[in-house]
Amino acid sequence: MYTPHTAEEIRAMLEVIGAPSLEALSDPPTGLEIKSALDVAPALPEADAYAHILGMAHANAAARMVSFLGAGAYRHYQPPAVPYYAFRSEFLTSYTPYQAEASQGSLQAIFEWQTYICLLSGMDVSNASVYDGATALVEGVIMAAQVTGRRRVAISRAVHPLYRRVLATYAAGMDVEIVELPVNADGVTEVPADVSSELAAIAIQSPNFFGAVDEVSSAAARAHASGALLIHVTAEALALAVLKTPRELGADIAVGDAQSFGLALGYGGPYVGFVATTKEHVRRLPGRLVGQTHDVDGRRAYVLTLQGREQHIRRELASSNICTNQALCALIATIYLAVVGRKGLLSIAGANMANARTLADAIVALPGFGITHRAPFFNEFVVQTPVPAAELCAALEKRDILAGLPLARFYPDLTHALLVCATELTTPQHIADFTRALSEETRRAVAAV
Amino acid sequence: MPSLLFEKGAPGRGGDFVRDAGPATRFLKAAALRAELPLPDLTELEVARHFTELSHRNFSVDTNFYPLGSCTMKYNPKLNEAVSGFAGFTDLHPLAPDDGAQGAIRLLWHMERTLASLFGMEAFSLMPAAGAHGEITAMLMAKKYFHERGERERITCIVPDTAHGTNPASAAMVGYKVISIPSTARGRTDVAALRAKVDGSTAVCMMTNPNTLGLFEDDIAEMTQVVHAAGGLMYYDGANANAIVGLTRPGDMGFDLMHLNLHKTFSVPHGGGGPGSGPVGANARLAPYLPAPAAARDESGAYYWDEDRPSSIGMVRAFPAHFLAIVRAYAYIIVHGADGLRRNSQLAVLNANYIRAKVKEFLTVPYVDLCRHEFVCSAEELKKTTGVRALDLAKGLLDAGVHAPTMYWPHVVPECLMIEPTETESKQTLDAFVETLRTLVEKAHEDPELLARMPLHTPVRRVDEAQVGRLANKGVGLRWSPERSDGAAS
Repeated sequence: MYTPHTAEEIRAMLEVIGAPSLEALSDPPTGLEIKSALDVAPALPEADAYAHILGMAHANAAARMVSFLGAGAYRHYQPPAVPYYAFRSEFLTSYTPYQAEASQGSLQAIFEWQTYICLLSGMDVSNASVYDGATALVEGVIMAAQVTGRRRVAISRAVHPLYRRVLATYAAGMDVEIVELPVNADGVTEVPADVSSELAAIAIQSPNFFGAVDEVSSAAARAHASGALLIHVTAEALALAVLKTPRELGADIAVGDAQSFGLALGYGGPYVGFVATTKEHVRRLPGRLVGQTHDVDGRRAYVLTLQGREQHIRRELASSNICTNQALCALIATIYLAVVGRKGLLSIAGANMANARTLADAIVALPGFGITHRAPFFNEFVVQTPVPAAELCAALEKRDILAGLPLARFYPDLTHALLVCATELTTPQHIADFTRALSEETRRAVAAV
Repeated sequence: MPSLLFEKGAPGRGGDFVRDAGPATRFLKAAALRAELPLPDLTELEVARHFTELSHRNFSVDTNFYPLGSCTMKYNPKLNEAVSGFAGFTDLHPLAPDDGAQGAIRLLWHMERTLASLFGMEAFSLMPAAGAHGEITAMLMAKKYFHERGERERITCIVPDTAHGTNPASAAMVGYKVISIPSTARGRTDVAALRAKVDGSTAVCMMTNPNTLGLFEDDIAEMTQVVHAAGGLMYYDGANANAIVGLTRPGDMGFDLMHLNLHKTFSVPHGGGGPGSGPVGANARLAPYLPAPAAARDESGAYYWDEDRPSSIGMVRAFPAHFLAIVRAYAYIIVHGADGLRRNSQLAVLNANYIRAKVKEFLTVPYVDLCRHEFVCSAEELKKTTGVRALDLAKGLLDAGVHAPTMYWPHVVPECLMIEPTETESKQTLDAFVETLRTLVEKAHEDPELLARMPLHTPVRRVDEAQVGRLANKGVGLRWSPERSDGAAS
């Protein structure tokens, strides 16, 4: 399909090689041939393939719905300049920048990403990215275990449930023990005053999974008093624009997902995780790192550095097994941050907060609906619903509205709780349609009972 | 020299993206807010010029021949890009209800089944985000499998000395002790050495086939038999799968677990180092341990996420897949079909052998057998006679507009260059490459000093890696900092 060889060229090349046929070169040893027919659909011409996949895309009705669904993946405005430059072939079709002389573009962009993450988080150093927010948390926990020599980590129940699931998967194989910290009636994590001296870290997300700005600094103080590190988790990176930085709150390690910075929802990926820390722990930082140096002519240049920590040099002694990172996603986020700038990011964050408050006011005005968490929120919050939230979601989906996340999906006790999100893309019309639908479907559900 | 974004712009520049809602203090107490946000404000044109200039400072498949061994830098069809950009995919939320995401789950379901058939596995999980992520996923599966069987004494992982560095690192992450097996003079894993190391403590043997020397492990059936007889599992590292698609299958070789790199074999663009996609396959015995949820189809033909996988290790990332990468690979598969994929593998092997046959004339090719999709050659002799190293040849290639091959790896061949042309390169490109390399070798004899100074024409020349490493150790020089105008952090 995309190969250039003519029959004549193949003959000529085989002759140079001294092989009688393509099969003679490429067939496996006797006994390892494929014996059965492969269950692979016959090839489609390119135009048919395009139409076929377009049909699959059209079959995703949820992509076209008005949405109040966040929960760790956010629909934000993507300025057209972002994909326009990020998807230039020279970035898209290059490999990991091992050859510095041939990769200054990618290397400088990663250096700029590292800088943005430091400026946003307040931390000293950031790596070149990891797979997503959940794996960033895992890497943060591994770092903390290495730094402290301890194997137990306390994590808030208000950290994204899927991040915690991923951490549990890794912990099961890595001899790390996870204990959970409870969440109080205001939606904020409760850290016991006597945290165990065996803890490697306390992990707190803010804004947390319920949308609440969590109590990070008191958790940090308690962690530090017992020799543990504080891991600050961010699932909605846009909040970093306005909230106190993880560093100001006492974090030793800041991890999270930067999907909000110009990356498509894309049914879950690819997104981009970040891991940032203090100078003190730089050698424990996993994954790639780009540093600034100069070339033999004295020109400023960038290069992958501290590779002595990495798997291709240290093999089983590496600080992590990460090889591929999320360079293109980090580039998208970097271009996003460059295009919107300080001014744009602040106004986008402001619009999120404003729209979320308009939404909250409109929902609270509905009979039977309420907000019980008193903690401040950014763009997402929990609504108490008069009928089971899952039923409301199913009813609203029929009206082409994604109402949010019924919390019972991850917290089985919370049957009447709905996590809703507003972003800068939420309009007054969306909110009016949403609240009308909520109220009508609630009445219908109550009447049915 | 392009300055950094942080050295450009001026406060207040840039567009208005949303209606201004007023200061953050309208919504949150000052005590919760950061004092300042020290990011640059730039016009869109400043950003456009900046990133266009950066792009000109990169080699890429679309601009340069890129024979980087074990990385499979084949052409990335633009069909992949177009279909992965459909709004029905990009605007789809990962927690959307299944009935609103039927097309996406269907695509994933078909992809899993197709990969299972192509590689002889019972099932695949598309959740792992990259090759190394696939490896750790499989190690977690193996560990759980043995724990459930009560075989906690299995604590070693056997890895050939030619293995990718990620293999031992992944095994070590789950606590396995890594045992390295040497290669023979034929460039194959030493079966006798393997036999001597395999015992009741063996958990997994990780193999790449063809191996990183580009040679097919023709004793693979025997090795599999040895490991299985001792109760261990065989793991296939799919980094070199571009040599075998449609020709032979890891499942038929006896492997229990495997990963693929969709960004290598199935033309997902590498993106400057990711995002990748590293699906993990398992045979019937190990499939219950694959990550969950898994895409499934009920009797009515509706697609859904099946969470009911009691033996599953769980999730390895927050959402079920690098979905947009999978869409790209899916497009690649459906325009090829099994025959087209097989043909690509055959032509990848043809191209590698063609270069090998010609390079043999002026560089050492240490193994006599024909190669598969890649091969290694050595500049050891050249270094002895001229002082010119593999590194210098690699840098010389950059001056000619060719990306360097993989250098100094695998470690078993001194001064080695690992060359993988892929099937999308033409005979003309290969001929030109060989002549460029030949000319460099001739120059090495005439003017070795010149090669030591190369590259001369790249955006920057050789860089000081020692200095940056010393500073980076202290956390310095890893970001722009306002204190020093040259950009080095204080």
